[in-house]
Amino acid sequence: MTIQPYRRHRRHRRQRHDERPNLVLAIGAGLFAVGAIALWQARQRAMRHHRGVRDSAPGRTSRRTYYNGLAVTGRSVTINRPRAELYAFWRDFTNLPQFMENIDEVEVQGDLTSWTIRAPAGRSVLVKTRIVSDRENEQIAWRSVDGSDVETEGKVMLHDAPGGRGTVVEAVIAYRPPGGELGRLIAKLFQAEPEVQGRRDLKRFKMLMETGEVSTADNRKPD
Amino acid sequence: MRALTYHGKHDVRVDTVPDPEIVNPRDAIIEVTSTAICGSDLHLYDGVIPGVLSGDILGHEFMGRVVDTGRDSTLKKGQRVVVPFTISCGACFHCQKQQYSACDNSNPADTQDLTEPVYGQALSALFGYSHLTGGYPGGQAEYVRVPYSDVGPVVIPDGLDDEKVLFLSDILPTGWMAAENCQIEPGDTVAVWGCGPVGLFAVQSALLMGAAQVIAIDHYPHRLDLARRMGAKVIDYRRTRVLEALREMTGGVGPDAVIDAVGMESHGLAVDNVMDTVKQKVGMGADRGHALREAIMACRKGGRVSVPGVYGGFLDKFPLGAFMEKGLQWRTGQTHVQRYTKDLLRRIEEGEIDTTFLISHRLPLEDAPRGYDNFRNNQDEWTKVVLTP
Ligand SMILES: [Zn+2]
Ligand SMILES: [Zn+2]
Repeated sequence: MTIQPYRRHRRHRRQRHDERPNLVLAIGAGLFAVGAIALWQARQRAMRHHRGVRDSAPGRTSRRTYYNGLAVTGRSVTINRPRAELYAFWRDFTNLPQFMENIDEVEVQGDLTSWTIRAPAGRSVLVKTRIVSDRENEQIAWRSVDGSDVETEGKVMLHDAPGGRGTVVEAVIAYRPPGGELGRLIAKLFQAEPEVQGRRDLKRFKMLMETGEVSTADNRKPD
Repeated sequence: MRALTYHGKHDVRVDTVPDPEIVNPRDAIIEVTSTAICGSDLHLYDGVIPGVLSGDILGHEFMGRVVDTGRDSTLKKGQRVVVPFTISCGACFHCQKQQYSACDNSNPADTQDLTEPVYGQALSALFGYSHLTGGYPGGQAEYVRVPYSDVGPVVIPDGLDDEKVLFLSDILPTGWMAAENCQIEPGDTVAVWGCGPVGLFAVQSALLMGAAQVIAIDHYPHRLDLARRMGAKVIDYRRTRVLEALREMTGGVGPDAVIDAVGMESHGLAVDNVMDTVKQKVGMGADRGHALREAIMACRKGGRVSVPGVYGGFLDKFPLGAFMEKGLQWRTGQTHVQRYTKDLLRRIEEGEIDTTFLISHRLPLEDAPRGYDNFRNNQDEWTKVVLTP
């Protein structure tokens, strides 16, 4: 059996789709009825090919990373602790700076939260969010409100990992990089960073929850 | 404190650096009493491991006395401990499956980013071994900060000399796991390529596990002699055609299990992974890929291939056909040190295992640079160097 590399296989399939309608047309008008069906089927196939077969992967792994002008990024991590414990820790937003490295300050007033986020060049960015969904031990979602420096929304979802392996934590963040000088600053912070920062923050969350501390190779405490 | 630090290719120095302190609740500070130079330290010394920075403290085989403990450490001041070279949290999925070298948490989040693109997932952190494995300061120093000190360190009863237990930190469990990965059955022949420390401990372990015959392959006369004294039959590959010899020494069948302990003792991420070293003479005088290819060709049908020798990247001309068609099984990995330390300590206490034969040289820490130089350039005589701060 010959196994083709994936890419070549795909190209091969695309060629077949392209050829099919021409072949049908060449058969001629006398076979119009048959040809129309074949043509329609070929178009259906071509359309399906164009749209791609709906797969099981989460949207954040799509090759497309912008939706309606929003950049979307996300990551999941499995943490060897019960769901309720993780939910309770995360739900108290003032806990988050313990593992989110570039958050300087969190201030909570009811369901409004103000986040002071460290930006390059000694600047900081203020993000104000409101909780839009809060399902105990399952999900917390937030969206920015007027007066926030960045338009952003995000959610963290918790579900049991299979086989008693703890909890799968999924975090998804969407944001719209704004304009202006502040925009450039934020873009630098947000375009380069959310994915990297999000990935590292989730890993540090896992460390903290599983081991009670955040791993560091430093031989001395920061001054 | 004084510590052996990296300054560049073939340039290591003993410098004065800041003392470590307790940073995290589960930390302990160890005052080092003995520390060894490992074959894999030579890869750092040769400058072939990326992510080693000037000033980094080397060394991952060490033991000492507990002088300070964090709030959640289970150690007590004054206890003597051997510290495994793998840093493991004890709480993650992998640690709980005793896959300690696959620990999810010990490698800091930012250095995990360096490994993930190369291997798909990051591995556990190691002491004194480049920032690709966490960048933790190493053990060739007066003091070491030991994270997760409630998981790794093995408490040693007074009365057992340092030299009897020091190698629990790495090479003894590594040789043991190499033999365990052979899944030895009564009557089995095990062939071991490379008679460096790990190869020799693999010989010793395979015999303890009941192998009927162990055949060790190298060319250094002194190392072959050590293997013979441990009970192995030996092949000098400069004198003998190895494949034919192994066939004829196993009744035409081939060894039931083969161990590639060449190039060895390297704890990962070497850019000198075969692609680059294929033409270079390393260790045994042949490239590492050669030993592995030869091991696969020699191994009997349905046999086991155990690889404690480290490969960092890609292997050229891997005999995948022979491997697949013969239905070989492959077991490898960085050593899950903590899985073996308790059992091996008991065997040492009961006199079943003696590792002191390996030590050829003892030097003060201040002379460590001389130790590196000789360990690298005088391999037949300098089998193992132990340093005392
Ligand atoms: Zn070592
Ligand atoms: Zn772990």
